[in-house]
Amino acid sequence: MLRRRLNRLCGGDENRVDSRTIYVGHRPCPDTEAFIPSKFCDNRIVSSKYTVWNFLPKNLFEQFRRIANFYFLIIFLVQVIVDTPTSPVTSGLPLFFVITVTAIKQGYEDCLRHKADNEVNKYLVTVLEDDRSVKKESEKIKVGDVVEVVEDETFPCDLILLESSREDGTCFVTTASLDGESNHKTHYTVQDTEKDLQALTATIECEQPQPDLYKFVGRMHIYKAEQEPAVRSLGPENLLLKGATLKNTKKIYGVAVYTGMETKMALNYQGKSQKRSAVEKSINAFLLVYLCILISKAVVCTTLKYVWQSKEGQDEPWYNQKTQKEKDTNMYLKMFTDFLSFMVLFNFIIPVSMYVTVEMQKFLGSFFITWDKDFFDSEIEEGALVNTSDLNEELGQVEYVFTDKTGTLTQNNMEFIECCIDGFQYKHRDTQSEVDGFTMTDGVMNKLHQKAGQEKEELFLRALCLCHTVQVKEPGSKEALTDQVDGIDGILPQLEEERGFIASSPDEIALVKGAMKYGFTFLGLESKSMKIKNRENNIEEYKLLHVLNFDPVRRRMSVIVQTKSGETLLFCKGADSSIFPRVKPEEVDRIRMHVERNATEGYRTLCVAFKQLSAEEYAMADKGLSDARLALQDREEKLIAVYNQVETGMSLIGATAVEDRLQEEAAETMEALQGAGMKVWVLTGDKMETAKSTCYACRLFQRGTELLELTVRTLEDERLKRQEKLYELLQEYHRKAVQDAPPVKAGVTRSWSANQDYGFIIDGATLSLLMNPPLEADASQYKSLFLQICQNCTAVLCCRMAPLQKAQIVKMVKNSKGSPITLSIGDGANDVSMILEAHVGIGIKGKEGRQAVRNSDYAIPKLKHLKKLLLAHGHLYYVRIAHLVQYFFYKNLCFILPQFLYQFFCGCSQQPLYDAAYLTMYNICFTSMPILAYSLLEQHIDIEILLDNAALYREIANNAMLRWRPFLYWTVLGIFQGLLFFFGVRFLFSNPALQDNGQVFGNWSYGTIVFTVLVFTVTLKLALDTRHWTWINHFVIWGSLAFYVFFSFFWGGIIWPFLKQQRLYFVFANMLSSVSAWLVIIILILLSLLPEILLVVLRKPRGPHSRQKKPSQSNVGGNQSSQSSARPLLMRTFSDESNPVI
Amino acid sequence: MMASSYNAKDEDGHHPGSVSSGGPGAVKSKKPDNTAFKQQRLPAWQPILTAGTVLPAFFMIGLIFIPIGIGLLVTSNNIKEFEVDYTGVDMSSPCFNCAQNYSWNSTSGCTCSVPFTLDQPFESNVFMYYGLSNFYQNHRRYVKSRDDSQLNGDKSSLLNPSKECEPYRTSDKKPIAPCGAIANSLFNDTLELFYNHPNGSRIAINLVKTGIAWWTDKHVKFRNPGGINNNLSVVFQDTSKPVNWHKAVYELDPSDPDNNGFINEDFIVWMRTAALPTFRKLYRIIQKKKDNMTPTLPPGNYSLDVTYNYPVRSFDGRKRMILSTISWMGGKNPFLGIAYITVGSVCFFLGVVLLIIHHKYGNRNNNADIPN
Repeated sequence: MLRRRLNRLCGGDENRVDSRTIYVGHRPCPDTEAFIPSKFCDNRIVSSKYTVWNFLPKNLFEQFRRIANFYFLIIFLVQVIVDTPTSPVTSGLPLFFVITVTAIKQGYEDCLRHKADNEVNKYLVTVLEDDRSVKKESEKIKVGDVVEVVEDETFPCDLILLESSREDGTCFVTTASLDGESNHKTHYTVQDTEKDLQALTATIECEQPQPDLYKFVGRMHIYKAEQEPAVRSLGPENLLLKGATLKNTKKIYGVAVYTGMETKMALNYQGKSQKRSAVEKSINAFLLVYLCILISKAVVCTTLKYVWQSKEGQDEPWYNQKTQKEKDTNMYLKMFTDFLSFMVLFNFIIPVSMYVTVEMQKFLGSFFITWDKDFFDSEIEEGALVNTSDLNEELGQVEYVFTDKTGTLTQNNMEFIECCIDGFQYKHRDTQSEVDGFTMTDGVMNKLHQKAGQEKEELFLRALCLCHTVQVKEPGSKEALTDQVDGIDGILPQLEEERGFIASSPDEIALVKGAMKYGFTFLGLESKSMKIKNRENNIEEYKLLHVLNFDPVRRRMSVIVQTKSGETLLFCKGADSSIFPRVKPEEVDRIRMHVERNATEGYRTLCVAFKQLSAEEYAMADKGLSDARLALQDREEKLIAVYNQVETGMSLIGATAVEDRLQEEAAETMEALQGAGMKVWVLTGDKMETAKSTCYACRLFQRGTELLELTVRTLEDERLKRQEKLYELLQEYHRKAVQDAPPVKAGVTRSWSANQDYGFIIDGATLSLLMNPPLEADASQYKSLFLQICQNCTAVLCCRMAPLQKAQIVKMVKNSKGSPITLSIGDGANDVSMILEAHVGIGIKGKEGRQAVRNSDYAIPKLKHLKKLLLAHGHLYYVRIAHLVQYFFYKNLCFILPQFLYQFFCGCSQQPLYDAAYLTMYNICFTSMPILAYSLLEQHIDIEILLDNAALYREIANNAMLRWRPFLYWTVLGIFQGLLFFFGVRFLFSNPALQDNGQVFGNWSYGTIVFTVLVFTVTLKLALDTRHWTWINHFVIWGSLAFYVFFSFFWGGIIWPFLKQQRLYFVFANMLSSVSAWLVIIILILLSLLPEILLVVLRKPRGPHSRQKKPSQSNVGGNQSSQSSARPLLMRTFSDESNPVI
Repeated sequence: MMASSYNAKDEDGHHPGSVSSGGPGAVKSKKPDNTAFKQQRLPAWQPILTAGTVLPAFFMIGLIFIPIGIGLLVTSNNIKEFEVDYTGVDMSSPCFNCAQNYSWNSTSGCTCSVPFTLDQPFESNVFMYYGLSNFYQNHRRYVKSRDDSQLNGDKSSLLNPSKECEPYRTSDKKPIAPCGAIANSLFNDTLELFYNHPNGSRIAINLVKTGIAWWTDKHVKFRNPGGINNNLSVVFQDTSKPVNWHKAVYELDPSDPDNNGFINEDFIVWMRTAALPTFRKLYRIIQKKKDNMTPTLPPGNYSLDVTYNYPVRSFDGRKRMILSTISWMGGKNPFLGIAYITVGSVCFFLGVVLLIIHHKYGNRNNNADIPN
């Protein structure tokens, strides 16, 4: 939406070109053609939707775009226009209420947005204008302005850093509010500009705004008197983003390049796509059924009306003449308006209030998740976070769980375990041991040589110290960095131990810390020179020439450094698969064994390689890199090409093993999820061996599990091409897992009960081969084979996945047959795509920033919380909302059915059975509160039992409570009760003399008796269903009944001024004075509830018996058996189900 | 949906100058309250419907309902009710001529006398109803065709009746009082009851015409305009009588000012629209004799003298006169008694069936338990 607005605001008069040119300080440049100040949008941020003027029409328009609201509006309009039985108030009032409440809520939210916008837009910033600094409101900043920002201020727009108060031309920012990463990031000034800003004449050419926070391509032309203009490349490291905060730097100057709605922050601000829950789909399906019922009722009544009228003397008897207007109306028009009138009369069957109640239930219900103290994690001082309450019930319907490994299953708390240098294994045992802390474990390889050479060791450790992007965390944010660096020599070793490192990946920290244990300490990066302290406590300094950044495709990173002696070295570390092909093969064999052994132990392994660059080589690489960085187009591709070219012919020096510990209770959680019938898929970017070991550790794979591997390794075959082999394997696995598996009964769709467990492993490369086979035709066949295999496996492991592939898999499963409900859980930016793709996205408030949390629907601090979130909260929410929906349809069906039946007794004249007040209040006051309380508080099974007994989750699988069968049951119940209410009273009224003084009751008494029975029955039905009676339930249920009685007395107790008709005057009181009315009310209520009670009692002995066996045996123990003889069975079996632990 | 939009505001507020708040979650860094409500641990009563609790309830219901039902049925059967159809459809019917020769304009009124015999004595107060069939008093156009504020004595409504009264709102450019279709079609047959004594004398039975309408209707809902003004003809002088009426509203019962005009009880009873197209309305009360020795209506021959004013043939209607005694539960209606007996028996029966199932299951389960 913002994009659209943006185009409207900014794109109107300017044709989109690939780049924009900015004149720094609006100073014209010598050799460009005439200075044309191009139009850019101003720096005003507009996140609000409405203004005071357009709020009403726009908000109303948006509200009535919802199909339900529109329907009720139409009904209301029909009531206003056509002569209908009920006054427009009956449907207008609820609609008005709903619309007003929503409008107030949205208005309030928009008000807050306006306030926030204003605070941003009116904030005073300092702008350099014609040699002096001027205070300006933030919204007045124009592209090209030079802006001054001081420490701890946020940047008012996207700036190119020109000058920093720091000597080295850097500044530190934190982007916590943009992507949640709280570490300090270093940004650089453009070279050659910082000398004199006032004299600087330059243009900046950069790409048009785009939302990617980490991408920026630009070029700066600096014009100096009598000189060729210098060209400098601009990258993300020069760009200061709006929303980021300046840290540790007194003051900077920057030129605005993107302003207002074109800043990257504004472009990234977008509403998440609406996810709709399965329950909502069910509601819509039911609505359709009820709409059909409504229309058919109206059609039947209209037809009958005209049949009835066609009889002599019925249409217009002498006592009931039509008005002249009615006589004049065209017959067909009359029929149509009659039809509409019937629609209006019966429209209560589709209740407005259901939408309100459902929304309220979701909104209020989600608080229980935030409030749950079990979700509170004392480490990060945070509890669960609900980003959308629309999906509460979906948590109870999950069939597939896609989990990330790193940071989700595992803690992402890396610990350096061991390393292997030149084929010799070093395992660090004691952190306190001094310089010679190297201890060797006995390996087969170590027999001959005790140690690798001193030189190799040191080279390896230096590589660990140098090849990373770790920053040293400064103690005290106010302290200037220089001071700290100066004082570094004096820092005691203990302090150094405590020194914090900040890095984008925890592996790097683990490696740096690991090197520290072995005596090499990284001291920090200072103006492009890295300082390390070696074992002899000498400071070594290396000039950092280039960082060849890590990316998931290359799966490695490198640095090029220059030693004091002038040597140029390249250090590279990365995954074995990406390093091995780039080093000498003879070196590989020595290391490979270690790497593989470490991987099977569940460690993350990295290989380290180095290469000495000759001067020519370096010059070439330098030029290549600089050229690629200057490129405006395809910069990424060009860079990668250069990287690949540089990172060749290296020599392998060693490998590291880092342990990633399992999350607390990860195994228990996974076991519970599987026990609940969910299928767990692990999607990870990690290598197969590591991921597999994690799966074993989490008990996703058990000892008996037969693993079906579909990886690059299994595809290697001399005889066949990979493609053919893939097909062959798929066929084979399919035979094994699908065809030979015992047929699963229709009722139990989960295949976990099969005797043989299968686990499936696939890697990224194979997956892409599978998804995009050379022959298009095979694609669907492959996919369906793959899906069928996976669906019959207990656990699936997908390793070596790129983020996009994760989403691809989720999408594939989501769209497979039966469209199962999927849940993705992850903690990092690489999981965002799958979190967004799945039905329910869960973010873990882990270490990898907050992107996952921001994009998730729910965020929890730890993986272990998932169990309660799904098994307890999800289950309860589902049961609650399912019951809510069914109950709403039911109560309105038996509300309206008597009114429909009454038409047969009043000549189909649209005479309402109930008074208008009752029609209006029924859904708003008399019956809405109990169900709302129920849907917030019900715990049909205790939370503890739900948690202990994961299998209970299966009872509600596949939308069990909102399928057609339960719906039919509720509908039949509603019809039965409706018939009972109507005809019970009808037979009573065969003699309307119901009072002991012989006086008779009229039609309004009839309606009031039916309505009283209805309200009581419907409320008591809910009371019967309530298993968890808190004082609130008591209050609300008995309170509503009391309110009904009170209201009826009140409504009938007064001659209401301004009302044309006093229909109900003393009707209720007179009804209560009749013994017969009491007796009929009692018996009708009892009779309506009788089948329900009977069913509850009869159903229990059979249903839960088979399902309940296992848990009750294991959980209940002796306690139960002693009771079983004493208590009758019907009682016991039922109580067993809801209370296995007594 | 609501929650998501609330959260949106957290993300919007990145204002420069505000010291970095540490991300949107920082606000919630407090530990959730450990209250029973928030932790969903409110003490709760968890009733469980079991056979153990339901079975006694079934037997209880059976044991309570069957006697009530029997009592109701007996009461209903003890109520004496006698019905006479005087529509005059058959040639043999005494009112046939009146029914045939009916015309609205005749002012004199056709009279006929319907003889009938009571086999049993009617004790205590006897209530006399007239019943109409196929008369749709519950038709929507009919039900709404009234003006309650006019009937409540409101002066302005008297002269300017509600639009709902159309087409019975005005006649001869004067507002109709009482307006509307209901009032217009007021039942205007006059029914009189005579006891034909075996000695040949014809004794008129005293029919009381008050106490037939709801007390609240008579005293609050319906009021004559102008308060307690004896001279109703003055009050109603600017209004016109309903088109089908023979006399004006202030002439309904000239003998009794408390039963005249809008507070005429026959009128009030008629204005309470019936629920079903076949209905009865209370017409007169025959008070029991003072001495209590002789029944109110001894068995014997009676005749019902009808002043036949009300046409029903045009819509296939029927007119009846009903004599009935009344019990504490109202008029004769066996439905309640039957319903109570049925439900009671069904409950009892179900209780027995459940008990049997219960025992069978219980045994089987006990056997299964032993090997365990």
